[in-house]
Amino acid sequence: MEPVVDLRGAVAVAGRFPALAGVDLTVERGEVVLLHGPNGAGKTTLLRGCAGLIPFVDGQARVLGCDLRVDRRSVRHRVGLLSHATGLYDDLTVLDNLRFWGRAVGAEGDDIDAAMARLGLDGRLRDVPVAGLSAGQRRRTSLAVLVSRRPELWLLDEPRAGLDAAGRDLVDGLIGDAARAGATILLSSHELDRAAVVADRSVEVVGGQVRPPPARAPEGAAAGASDVA
Amino acid sequence: MWRDAALVAAKDLRIEARTRVALNQLAPFAVLVLLLFAFAFDAERTVLRGATPGLFWVAILLASLLAVQRAFALERPDGLRDAVRLSGLHPGGLFLGKVAAVAVQLFALEALLAVGVVALYDASLSAPLLLVPTCIVGALGLAAVGCTYGGLTGGQRVAETILPLLVLPALAPLLLAATQAFEAAAEDRPGEGWRWLALLVAFAAGYVGLGTATFGILLDDG
Repeated sequence: MEPVVDLRGAVAVAGRFPALAGVDLTVERGEVVLLHGPNGAGKTTLLRGCAGLIPFVDGQARVLGCDLRVDRRSVRHRVGLLSHATGLYDDLTVLDNLRFWGRAVGAEGDDIDAAMARLGLDGRLRDVPVAGLSAGQRRRTSLAVLVSRRPELWLLDEPRAGLDAAGRDLVDGLIGDAARAGATILLSSHELDRAAVVADRSVEVVGGQVRPPPARAPEGAAAGASDVA
Repeated sequence: MWRDAALVAAKDLRIEARTRVALNQLAPFAVLVLLLFAFAFDAERTVLRGATPGLFWVAILLASLLAVQRAFALERPDGLRDAVRLSGLHPGGLFLGKVAAVAVQLFALEALLAVGVVALYDASLSAPLLLVPTCIVGALGLAAVGCTYGGLTGGQRVAETILPLLVLPALAPLLLAATQAFEAAAEDRPGEGWRWLALLVAFAAGYVGLGTATFGILLDDG
């Protein structure tokens, strides 16, 4: 079966500079992969590239079977990107936002209701304009949009940012449920200990490249540093 | 595509209903333009009356710039442009939805300004069978041109200033045809006006087709 993410020597340019300088990364269906690395290493760019938002100019870049160097648009409605921005209309209510973004991909009313209930937005918050929500509530609404769309590939950029303890637990639960349902998840996080609990493996992004995992230790030695499950 | 267009138009109009930008800012702005023209031409009432079709469409054209800027400003903050690109919405449907929402607002504005020119300029409006289609197609054309260039400039930091530079020259044929058709209707000689309306229809259809076909590219490169 073809990997969900298959990048080989992939180069992406932001402005005049290569933001990704030859990335090699393969992610299989149902895997949860943690991206970590210093600020500016290229984690966000890698996630946006996989979403088809940034053009790859060299190497091979295939996501969900789509060749992103040829056609970036075909993959977009099949991925869900949770970025630092909310992607919500401030002047619409929580329910209006969920209905609009859900219906854009053909989500049913039940999917939308279930997502709102799961994220704790089915009470009084459903009719509150997004402009009136706290940062954490906005984050929950963005997550509800993501859940209702049922993407095949989840691209999560610091998904716990701005959430309280209960919200962080909720994110971990969502990731686990999505993976069990067959979705593939690529998440970036600086909370390595916490993220490692839900990830099958981690990869380090440094200087726009994925650093190769350390050489496998001899038989009987401690498990490889890249295995975090 | 049509389903997506209806979804986007309904969303934009819902936001408009909530924020009332057209009601509280666009309409007063357009009426103010009419008033300023009235002050400028006050000494020559006959000149004002004769220039009514042109002044009417210039006021609508200026207001359309604000309406288009507003329509694309909705998607500027907080990652909404990326969200739209990832939404799965058909780019053509997205364009048509934007055009429909702007055109509805402009048509309502035209109705208001028609009352305005009668009251302020002492203009007489006849031949409604020509006048109403001219206003509908004119609004559609203005919205189509504006949204085509709005898609191109929407992601730019200087969108507000560059949009008029691109749109105003492109709207010259529309301004000419709409003014001539309006004048023919005002002077109750519709026979001549139909030819200008036909030109207006061709212009609007051309831009609707162009925008529908290219909006995906504009959205990516803008």
